Amino acid sequence: MGVGIEVNNLNAWYGSNHTLQDITLNIPANHATALIGPSGCGKSTFVRCLNRMHETNPIARVTGTVRIGDLDIYEGTTPVEIRRRVGMVFQRPNPFPTMSIYDNVAAGLKLNGYNNRRALDEIVEKSLKNSALWDEVKDELKKKSGASLSGGQQQRLCIARALAVDPEVLLMDEPASALDPVSTSKIEDLIFQLKSQYTIVIVTHNMQQAARVAEKTGFFLNGRMVEFDSTHKIFTNPSDKRTEDYITGRFG
Amino acid sequence: MNGARVQTEFQFRARLRGLTNGAATFLAVLSTILVILPLVAIFVYLIIKGARSLNLDFFTQIPKPVGEAGGGMANAIVGSVTLLALASLLGVPIGIGGGIYLAEFGRGSRLATAIRFTADVLNGVPSIVMGLAAYALIVTPQGHFSALSGGVALGIMMIPTICRTTEEMLLMVPHAVREAALGLGVPNWRSVLSITVRTASAGIITGCMLAFARVAGETAPLIFTALGNQYWSTSLNEPIAALPLQIYVYALSPYDDWHRLAWAGSLVLIVLIVLAVSLVRYVTSRGVLKGAS
Repeated sequence: MGVGIEVNNLNAWYGSNHTLQDITLNIPANHATALIGPSGCGKSTFVRCLNRMHETNPIARVTGTVRIGDLDIYEGTTPVEIRRRVGMVFQRPNPFPTMSIYDNVAAGLKLNGYNNRRALDEIVEKSLKNSALWDEVKDELKKKSGASLSGGQQQRLCIARALAVDPEVLLMDEPASALDPVSTSKIEDLIFQLKSQYTIVIVTHNMQQAARVAEKTGFFLNGRMVEFDSTHKIFTNPSDKRTEDYITGRFG
Repeated sequence: MNGARVQTEFQFRARLRGLTNGAATFLAVLSTILVILPLVAIFVYLIIKGARSLNLDFFTQIPKPVGEAGGGMANAIVGSVTLLALASLLGVPIGIGGGIYLAEFGRGSRLATAIRFTADVLNGVPSIVMGLAAYALIVTPQGHFSALSGGVALGIMMIPTICRTTEEMLLMVPHAVREAALGLGVPNWRSVLSITVRTASAGIITGCMLAFARVAGETAPLIFTALGNQYWSTSLNEPIAALPLQIYVYALSPYDDWHRLAWAGSLVLIVLIVLAVSLVRYVTSRGVLKGAS
């Protein structure tokens, strides 16, 4: 089951570059929340702060609080622990190239020392079914390399891999931007199904995509969050002039 | 009129392009042949000169005293295998470990810069100096020559090659693959060992094989260390025979019989190296999936 995310006064830097400024918002549990905005506005940095991937860059810094469920992720916990509870799907599909499809999905569990084969078989099957890839790969799970799949299949494999460790939150950083329209719509259908079980945060450049999959939408601009509201309100009657300019295509 | 002129111009250029293409292909094929030629020539020459002296005795007998016909290099083959095993035991873990440190943990640190510099210098040190170093470090304190000191000399020679290729190969692993592992909640050390190193394993193995093949034929570092031995010995504490040493001694001797054995020894040495490299390649490629980049 998903949990809500409470962000308070989040600030992030890359070196001296202040990429996120005073972000405060509440992301509801078991819904999809979309983050939109022009390139370089900080939306990717924002999701990377939610699983502490931001700090893997040695020059990065972060202040403020993020609570995921009842856990303050920057106090009294480790990045490793957080990332097990907050899964991430990246912009470009990044399966482990030397691993089979099966091993890719099982990687998160196996690498954390989980070795019960029967349970692994079940989890792999369930995760691949959840990511709508099972029917396409079930016959060659252990024979085929994850890297030999098509781009869209690879991305669904990455979603299965993230689901296998049973996270509460799923972060998706432009998950369909490298894919063709057919694969994109498959990913969107998937988000639709998954959001009843997970809290999903999706960064996207595609405003129709945000409108199709998300209940809530946040608009980012120059490192600040301009507006956060129900998707319907953002796209039909935004409160802020800048949001309106952006969604009507006047800039960005 | 004008159109026709453009057409002729195009046809002329297309022909020119075809010629250039043909010439470039020819040069590339020629270069490839020039690269392979010395290897093939050496191999063929060795077979012509050495195959006649190869018989069962060569692999089962130890050298006979001067004047007696026959004899083999069984002790030198076993000695070379022992020395190379010792060298790999020392060189492969240290080399790979150092490479992992350089690429993954020490990036940008002063220690890493120092290690990298040292490895490059070590790579350029003449092999006979390696032998002298092992002599001073092990043979002098122990008071006698030994297989151990020879293995150490060869092992140290393997370290810089393995270390630097491991580093290069790890750096080629895409950042996205590392992020994928970290994003799953895999601890960094685990991600490095199970994901990054595994992704780069084909290249790392190639580095190890290069280092192995290089030291397998080394004679100079063994002169002051393993020394060579006319008799059976498998003790690490005694002088031990080695194929390159035996070849060196036999080739410089005034006896025709020994010359023939030296040729046979050279052939066996090369075949052993090719076999060892192919075996490692075969064993390690079975686990890696087809289609993996």
